[in-house]
Amino acid sequence: MATSRKSPIQRQDRSPAAVKVEGLSKSYGSQEVLHDVSFNVEPGEIFVIMGPSGSGKSVLLRHIAGLEVPTRGKLDINGFNPTLPETRDQFALALVFQSGALLNSLSVYDNLALYPHEHRLCPQKDLRDRVMRALRILSIEHAVQKMPAELSGGMRKRVAIARALVMEPQLLLYDEPTSELDPIMAATIAEIIATLREEYAVTSIVVSHDRDLSLTIADRFALMQGGQLHSVAPPGEFQKSTDPIITEFLNPQINLQNPRFKSLETSS
Amino acid sequence: MNRINNFLEAFGAGVIMTWRAFAMLPAAPRILKRITEQGFLIGYTSLPIIGILCFFMGSVLALQAGISLREFGAKEFIGALVGASMARELGPVMVAIILAGRVGSAVTAELASMRVNSEIDALTTMNIPPERLLVLPRLLAVILVMPVLTMLANLIGWFGGAVVCEYVGFIGLSADEFFRNLQSYVSFSDVMDGLIKAEVFGIVVMIISCNTGLRTQGGPREIGLAVTKSVVLSLIAILTLDYFITKLLA
Repeated sequence: MATSRKSPIQRQDRSPAAVKVEGLSKSYGSQEVLHDVSFNVEPGEIFVIMGPSGSGKSVLLRHIAGLEVPTRGKLDINGFNPTLPETRDQFALALVFQSGALLNSLSVYDNLALYPHEHRLCPQKDLRDRVMRALRILSIEHAVQKMPAELSGGMRKRVAIARALVMEPQLLLYDEPTSELDPIMAATIAEIIATLREEYAVTSIVVSHDRDLSLTIADRFALMQGGQLHSVAPPGEFQKSTDPIITEFLNPQINLQNPRFKSLETSS
Repeated sequence: MNRINNFLEAFGAGVIMTWRAFAMLPAAPRILKRITEQGFLIGYTSLPIIGILCFFMGSVLALQAGISLREFGAKEFIGALVGASMARELGPVMVAIILAGRVGSAVTAELASMRVNSEIDALTTMNIPPERLLVLPRLLAVILVMPVLTMLANLIGWFGGAVVCEYVGFIGLSADEFFRNLQSYVSFSDVMDGLIKAEVFGIVVMIISCNTGLRTQGGPREIGLAVTKSVVLSLIAILTLDYFITKLLA
């Protein structure tokens, strides 16, 4: 029988994680994609990072998840560097990828059971309960035996969140959780993110383009622009801001008479 | 210069990956199911191709030997020639080539696709080293399966040679005489040398396949390129190593 050992969360006090980012820069060759980014995320906070495409949001999230090593600067999760493999088990972190990143060769059940099984977090008999509990929270227990290829986009996202839940994370990272989803499913995902914070005392960092989602769930916003952190503030302050970059991002104007496209019209 | 740098980088990554995988050997009992699955994939799925190729390899060898040796009145040595060639050289090399083409390409494609679809990143964030979950079971499976496949390849090749001797009229050598001659000239060390070669080829092919897959960056086009690269590198490695191992064992 598999021996159980304490999960990283049980090893410490089960408190939500604090994140500190100091002077973070990242270059790929001569191209700098992140420049001197600094911010703190408080324990239990929902911190939403927004910004135009290519502004460096997802790269920043990958750094926090320990998937990239910064060129300069420091990252700190509960006092530990997430990029070092030897300190990775000192905190419980889960990342919900934009694509879900479910292991395609494993069923939904095996995807969810992988983490507790590999880390021997609970005896085999408790494993199924743990997995089913996570699936029930996301209302997808009927999909337990399905393969990822059989799931819709929304279902894959929910399974990815359930997989993160099974890990009992102190820090939950979401990369574009509502992309490619219809408004109803997007609202469901927003509810799930907010509920998980309330019920599981988890710190959440959400990278999103979805303005409505962000305004609904965020405790604080960060706006990225050209690899730099433009501003960090609560949603209320953002909405009142007169900064043209913020107002243009939050309230983009649709100009049906845009002269840029007039030439296209005439040429056709 | 860039190509040399890339090669050295890939070589270094392969060494580190192998080291990390074998450092996780104490976890082997926990991944028995995965080792069995991989063993099945490597062994069972390549066996029919190995069977067909080695049967005809033995047959052709016997036929060619028959044509040449009958002119010297030495047709009774066909058994020795086919036996030693299969055991020392053709058996292990053919199995390794089929492993590279049939299994290595599939492994590279699977791991490259996992890399491109962020599945490897997902494992990393779960603090599950890909070397333990994906590389170690394949390495252990290939270590267990290669000697068995090579021994079967040898037997099938010998059988192919015997069939040709028995049924091709101008050779005029019975299967009994073929096997008697094979038995008296092919020693246990000939077979063992072949098995050692097969083990080395198998491990190297699997390291190249896993390493190439795990290092893939980009999209579907890069997955295809990675598969081609892995098969070509494996074939070069097999034939290069073959020379050096033969020299070492001589």
